[in-house]
Amino acid sequence: MPEIMIKAEHLTKKFGDVTAVNDVNFSVEKGEIFAFLGPNGAGKSTTIKMLTTLLRPTSGTLHLAGFNVANNKDGVRKSFGIIFQDPSVDEELTAYENMQLHGDMYGIEKSILKTRIRELLELVELWDRRQYRVKTYSGGMKRRLEIARGLLHHPKVLFLDEPTLGLDTQTRNLLWNYIKQLSEKESMTIFFTTHYLEEAEQIAGRIAIIDHGQIIARGTSKELEKQTDTKSLEDAYLKLTGKELRDEGEDPNARMRLRLRARGRS
Amino acid sequence: MRVVYALWLRQIRRYFRARSRLIGAIGQPLLFLLALGYGLGSVFKQAGQGNYIHFLVPGVMAQTVLFSAVFFGINIIFDKQFGFLKETLVAPVSRFKIMIGSALGGATTSVMQGVLVFIISLFLGFRPYNWALLVVSLLVLAMLSTALACFSSGVGSIVNDFQGFQAINQFLIFPLFFLSGALYPLNHAPAALRYIAEVNPISYAVDALRESMINQVHFGYTKDFIALGITVLVLMAFGVYQFQRIEA
Repeated sequence: MPEIMIKAEHLTKKFGDVTAVNDVNFSVEKGEIFAFLGPNGAGKSTTIKMLTTLLRPTSGTLHLAGFNVANNKDGVRKSFGIIFQDPSVDEELTAYENMQLHGDMYGIEKSILKTRIRELLELVELWDRRQYRVKTYSGGMKRRLEIARGLLHHPKVLFLDEPTLGLDTQTRNLLWNYIKQLSEKESMTIFFTTHYLEEAEQIAGRIAIIDHGQIIARGTSKELEKQTDTKSLEDAYLKLTGKELRDEGEDPNARMRLRLRARGRS
Repeated sequence: MRVVYALWLRQIRRYFRARSRLIGAIGQPLLFLLALGYGLGSVFKQAGQGNYIHFLVPGVMAQTVLFSAVFFGINIIFDKQFGFLKETLVAPVSRFKIMIGSALGGATTSVMQGVLVFIISLFLGFRPYNWALLVVSLLVLAMLSTALACFSSGVGSIVNDFQGFQAINQFLIFPLFFLSGALYPLNHAPAALRYIAEVNPISYAVDALRESMINQVHFGYTKDFIALGITVLVLMAFGVYQFQRIEA
């Protein structure tokens, strides 16, 4: 019986009258790569926020690495790493300082911290640039730094929220190869969202598709194709979620991020 | 402690890397010292109040700390916009520590600016009446800046955009500053101004600074430190409470 690393039961989140996530159930096993797909506004990010203690569920229970998210936040927080959709490094600090700060917050012993920072920065090929401020980095370099930082405390579960958004093909390949290795060698559990369906097809063991706050299909890529009687995951996805366009909710932070992005700041 | 120190250090590093901020922070107090100090100096003297620049230095030091500490909260908004806040919010540390560490960093840089104004004032001929008492002045600056950095962190937690933050600050800072007795002696002010000054925490900081630097008293140390102590506790509670309410 494999160990369950993520377990969501009757997970629900309401914002006022709007139900963003509606009675969602799923579980992810240790070492599994799990893709969470869905159109904009379907409830992906809300689910990740609840899994990572950033949002409190309206109802339902969540377990991560054996800890209940509702009453053992610190246990949960030590167990996962997250690569956010938007940059979350401090651009005024150097790569090394960002790593150091992360290690301090996660209470990693100082002697171990030094070697780990070096290992990880070498791995993502940023060791030579460790003393440069992050604001001088390209988008791909920043993303690599975020990945190194997310792994610094050796999380059991790694969340990636659209990790390849805006990255070139080379960087995307490098990133996914590395993530695959982590799941195989360290049996790290990977939970990711993406809009690039070929990534889910190639990398994920199992896939769940969420729309309007509910999981509408789940299984391996092949199973989803069979369920919908289609030839590719993309066709299956479009058949399940329809073809009309979705708009994301407008909040001031999202607008500001767009503006910053337009100015080439992120 | 390690977390608080790490976040404190982050603010100090960020501060020294923003050089334009350093210059801007000193420009305004210098303008007050020079323009008001020399402009109104002769009038002040004729009214039998002595050297106006000497009188002004503690007030302008309080002003420097007030303006820079209240501006600190903008960093919380920056952290929201640039995403770094999420990194701290998913870390296994209490929000109390995150907020206090950052606010103490902001408070430290504010005090440094206050000290810088003091050093500049030495070149303008200012001399404290007792150098040893500068320890008291430093304590006052530390308390004032901690209280205000916590306050502005609270404001930064509530609002999400720079304009809203600026509006709240402008609305508060200028009355607090102009009604604090930083620019004029309260002893001779009309009753209305004196009453207002009594409920303005900045007045007590200005008074304690003046007492420790040029030996001029309005309220006295006891009242000053009680008022400052309460201000620190209340504004720290406000800041921590608002920071804990941030939702990602």
